Amino acid sequence: MDKKKKRSITRGVILIVLLAAIAYTVYSSATKDKVEVLQVGDKAPDFELVDLYESGLKHRLSDYEGKGIFLNFWGTWCEPCKKEMPAMSNQYASYKDQGVEVLTVNIAQSEFEVKKFIESLDVHFPVAIDKTKSVMTAYNVDLLPATILINPEGEVEKIITGEMNEAQIASYMESIKPEQE
Amino acid sequence: MSLIDISGNLLFVAFIAYLVGTLFFGGAIKSTKPDGAVNRADKWGKIALVVTIIGFLAHLGYFITRWIYKGHAPVSNMFEFTTAFGMFIIAAFILIYYMYRLTALGVVALPVAILIIGYAAMFPNDVDPLVPSLQSYWLHIHVITAAMGQSILAISAVAGLLYLLKAIDPKAKSKSRFWMEAVLYFGVLVVGFILATVIFRGIGYEANFTYIDTKDAEAEMVYNMPAIFGMNEYTLLTDDVMEPLVEMPPVINAKKLTTVFWAFVFGSIIYLVIRLITRRSILDMLHPLVQKVNLNLLDEVGYRSVLIGFPVFTLGALVFAMIWAQEAWGRFWGWDPKEVWALITWLFYAAYLHLRLSKGWEGKKSAWLAVIGFAIILFNLIVVNLVIAGLHSYASN
Amino acid sequence: MEKIICVCGHENPAGTKLCGKCGRPLTEEAKTSKIVDMKYDGAAIRSKTRNKSIIDKIWNFFSSVRVGITLIIINLIAASIGTIFPQEFYISVSTEPEKAAYYEKTYGSLGKLYYELGLSNVYSSWWFQVLVGLLAISIIVASIDRGIPLHKSLKNQRVKRHESFMKRQRIIAEGAVTEGDSANTMNLVEEKMKKLRYKVRRDGNALLAERGRFARYGPYINHVGLIVFLTAVMLRLVPGFYVDESMWIREGEMRAVPGMEGYFIENEKFILETHDNQQTENQELQGVNVVAKNYQTDVKLYKQADNSIPGQADNLELVKEYSVRVNHPLQHDGYAFYQMDFRLNEIKAMNFELTNKETGASLGAVSIDLANPQDEYVINDQTKVELMGYYPDFSGFENGEPQTATPTPNNPAFIFKMVTPDKPEGEISFVAIQQTIEPNGDNTHKMAFNSVETRNMSGLTVHKDSTIPMLAIGGAIFMIGVVIGSYWHHRRLWVEQLEDGTIRLAAHTNKNWFGIKKDLDAVTAFAHLPTYIDQSEDDQDEKEKEGDSTL
Repeated sequence: MDKKKKRSITRGVILIVLLAAIAYTVYSSATKDKVEVLQVGDKAPDFELVDLYESGLKHRLSDYEGKGIFLNFWGTWCEPCKKEMPAMSNQYASYKDQGVEVLTVNIAQSEFEVKKFIESLDVHFPVAIDKTKSVMTAYNVDLLPATILINPEGEVEKIITGEMNEAQIASYMESIKPEQE
Repeated sequence: MSLIDISGNLLFVAFIAYLVGTLFFGGAIKSTKPDGAVNRADKWGKIALVVTIIGFLAHLGYFITRWIYKGHAPVSNMFEFTTAFGMFIIAAFILIYYMYRLTALGVVALPVAILIIGYAAMFPNDVDPLVPSLQSYWLHIHVITAAMGQSILAISAVAGLLYLLKAIDPKAKSKSRFWMEAVLYFGVLVVGFILATVIFRGIGYEANFTYIDTKDAEAEMVYNMPAIFGMNEYTLLTDDVMEPLVEMPPVINAKKLTTVFWAFVFGSIIYLVIRLITRRSILDMLHPLVQKVNLNLLDEVGYRSVLIGFPVFTLGALVFAMIWAQEAWGRFWGWDPKEVWALITWLFYAAYLHLRLSKGWEGKKSAWLAVIGFAIILFNLIVVNLVIAGLHSYASN
Repeated sequence: MEKIICVCGHENPAGTKLCGKCGRPLTEEAKTSKIVDMKYDGAAIRSKTRNKSIIDKIWNFFSSVRVGITLIIINLIAASIGTIFPQEFYISVSTEPEKAAYYEKTYGSLGKLYYELGLSNVYSSWWFQVLVGLLAISIIVASIDRGIPLHKSLKNQRVKRHESFMKRQRIIAEGAVTEGDSANTMNLVEEKMKKLRYKVRRDGNALLAERGRFARYGPYINHVGLIVFLTAVMLRLVPGFYVDESMWIREGEMRAVPGMEGYFIENEKFILETHDNQQTENQELQGVNVVAKNYQTDVKLYKQADNSIPGQADNLELVKEYSVRVNHPLQHDGYAFYQMDFRLNEIKAMNFELTNKETGASLGAVSIDLANPQDEYVINDQTKVELMGYYPDFSGFENGEPQTATPTPNNPAFIFKMVTPDKPEGEISFVAIQQTIEPNGDNTHKMAFNSVETRNMSGLTVHKDSTIPMLAIGGAIFMIGVVIGSYWHHRRLWVEQLEDGTIRLAAHTNKNWFGIKKDLDAVTAFAHLPTYIDQSEDDQDEKEKEGDSTL
């Protein structure tokens, strides 16, 4: 009797382990893409980019600790990017004093194109060019526009792909502004 | 005479030798007088084998001279691979012969090799330089080992066919009888393909077309057989040639479809003529020829061939292929149609072995399995290479 | 479950066919069959026990060879379905709606059905993975279930076997010695079998000659290999084990390597060599216009200093210089870069001549580097060309503004302001390929297109695969197992000399009866044994099967 029971238990354990392995495989395979990509709640990867207009100014994410960061990736060919920038500029003006920083990162285009674009829109916020696409890679940016909201603790609060209207931009900035003392 | 010419001549010699060999093998096993059977088998069988070996040496000569001429193993296009496959089948036959002394195998093995060489000869045999992805010594290792494995497995189909030729009663209606005749009909179709190609090539038939391809761009196509099926939105440029009867969507290669159609027509006509003249089925004609063969031995040969060939096939078609793919493309397995069909072939023979070992599937069942396995190998060789396009194929999109 | 107690006194587990000690048949089937079933040496495979618990039912299901074969066939069919039409990762569109449209457009309604049923993505689908997983379970359970009893049985087998065992083997012989003194027969047998490289064991008047027992383990070894291989495949899903990215990089560019943190790669040069020959028929078949002889990308691989972060590109250290070619990847630190694809002749720079339209005279040349356009191009004190706008992929006007569809210079367009001695206030001209628009009326000058400089783009894939060693080991174990199981055979010969001097003999092999018969012929001749018969060929209607063995 004992032996029979022992055998049942052994078999049961083996079967459960095998079925679990299959379940793990199927599950991992289905969620694989999501795991490799940046998620809400992850620590935002630190980076450093040189400002477009002030070559001495380096924007380093860790320097902005304690502030909320509105990180926007864009390109001149991207229509929605163009449409949302004036709104971003407006809201930045209000939220700047409330501890929110905006940094717009262009995807490896020429300085000429970037400057002409910014000047034509007459927007005012920090701009940098990710010449080697390394920040873009670190943030798994695929489609544009992409905006990553980083809270004052340095974590990813939200990832937005697609055009934002002014009301949304305002509420996003509100959500990452640091607690007032 | 240049090396490449010598090479071509040697191949021709091999082809003729195999034809002669078939006749002698046939004489060796056919017996009207039971007493003389053993002696006749001995004499004719010996001659048949000598002729076969001469043919094989010539075939090997073709292979080596072509290798020297090109600077790499001649297995890089449809023509080269298929002729090499035919050569390895003969080699496998000779090997199995010396193990089992089963003369009767030659009666099926040689014609199979002849058909394969004939089929190969219909394809362009120019000497092309290698594209970068083929410039690796893995080309030699993978392709040659895979071809060797497939040819040993082919012998099991040869033994299986022989088994079925004896074991199926041509007078009694049965599913086996129907399918066996179907297999023989397929052999006739291959002859039909060869005949059609040779005849139309002989009269120099050519028809030029332009058409719209899958990318909506204009492309050209030259037909070497009268067009039954036309390409998408075709325009016929040559005068006094046949206009297509049906137009096909761009994803279908109408030229290949036309070729297949003509193969069917020629092959079926030959088959009908045979049946009308002889008033018997092909199985009925061949059945008495093989009455003296030992079924148990055939069964064992068939099984042993799979046992010997399976590891070689695994090594060549899967293991070496994966190693090379990893090195060339950075991924050892891409679910490319050719890779998938190699896997299917492998799984099939694994099933064969399990059915044999554990379920006791022997005799007729085993013979049919072997024939189906060979059909899968041929599918990989013909359909996957020419119809389904992919990284591997010799077909264009 | 009751144990079966044999007449000889040995206790056998339920389901045993032949007694483990003496070999007597225990089941009705074994007792009444002419040739006994020697699979697993007559031992009880564990699943054939009467226990009906749910776990046992599941176990028995997976242990069954019939189920295993069915699973093989199902996997085979499932795999073949994925070859009907090209799978999704082989077509070059990326969004779901685009894919649906592609299948319908190219393959018609069959194609649409194929896509909608999910058959356009078979190999990554959950159900295909489950099928493979079930096959793996079958392999494991069946091997455990059969391998362990087989091993025990082979290890404990005895030399002396009961008469009922011997008589029910496929090859048997019984009778008097054909020549000479029967007293020496057993020694002769031993001598000959040893020469034939058998292991010989004696027990009184019984003898067991055995060869190639290890061949029985072949299938179990190859099963282990398969499981190791499949496990390695599974591990690819564990983060960190497997990276598979692709990148396009133009000559002269430097890019961060996706999937490889801290590394940058610079494309120094892309080289394409062709074979320079007439297009042959085969190449026509393959749809190749020019045969590539070699294509490679000369790259420089850089690494950031430790503690660097993305975006910093000033402290890079050159790690390697290499020419990445097909079959020759660049390898570093477990990563490999493969040359996959290329695109030729993308516009890199455009050269214009500032020309007086009437006289055709040139006032100077202007060369615009599309990767780094300048605000103005000065020719001399009074002559310069200001660049007001640059649109790499001009796609039309919107509200009077030129638009660009992508950042790639497929269709470059410019807005120039030409400042000349004649027209110091400047003239505006919009210039695109084969299109010039002068918004302020007819200009005196124009920017005449002169020439382009182009550059090539390489497509590289980046791979890291830590599962490769495990895959290799699994494959090697598999090959070893399948070779052992296929090329070696387990042969056994039992000989017993009875009291009156006559010999009783039985032989068995797991495969290749033709071969063991050769050994038997040799020992029969050497030791003058009675002639053996093959019981499977004994029936009258088997005579028909026999025919002439020399044919």
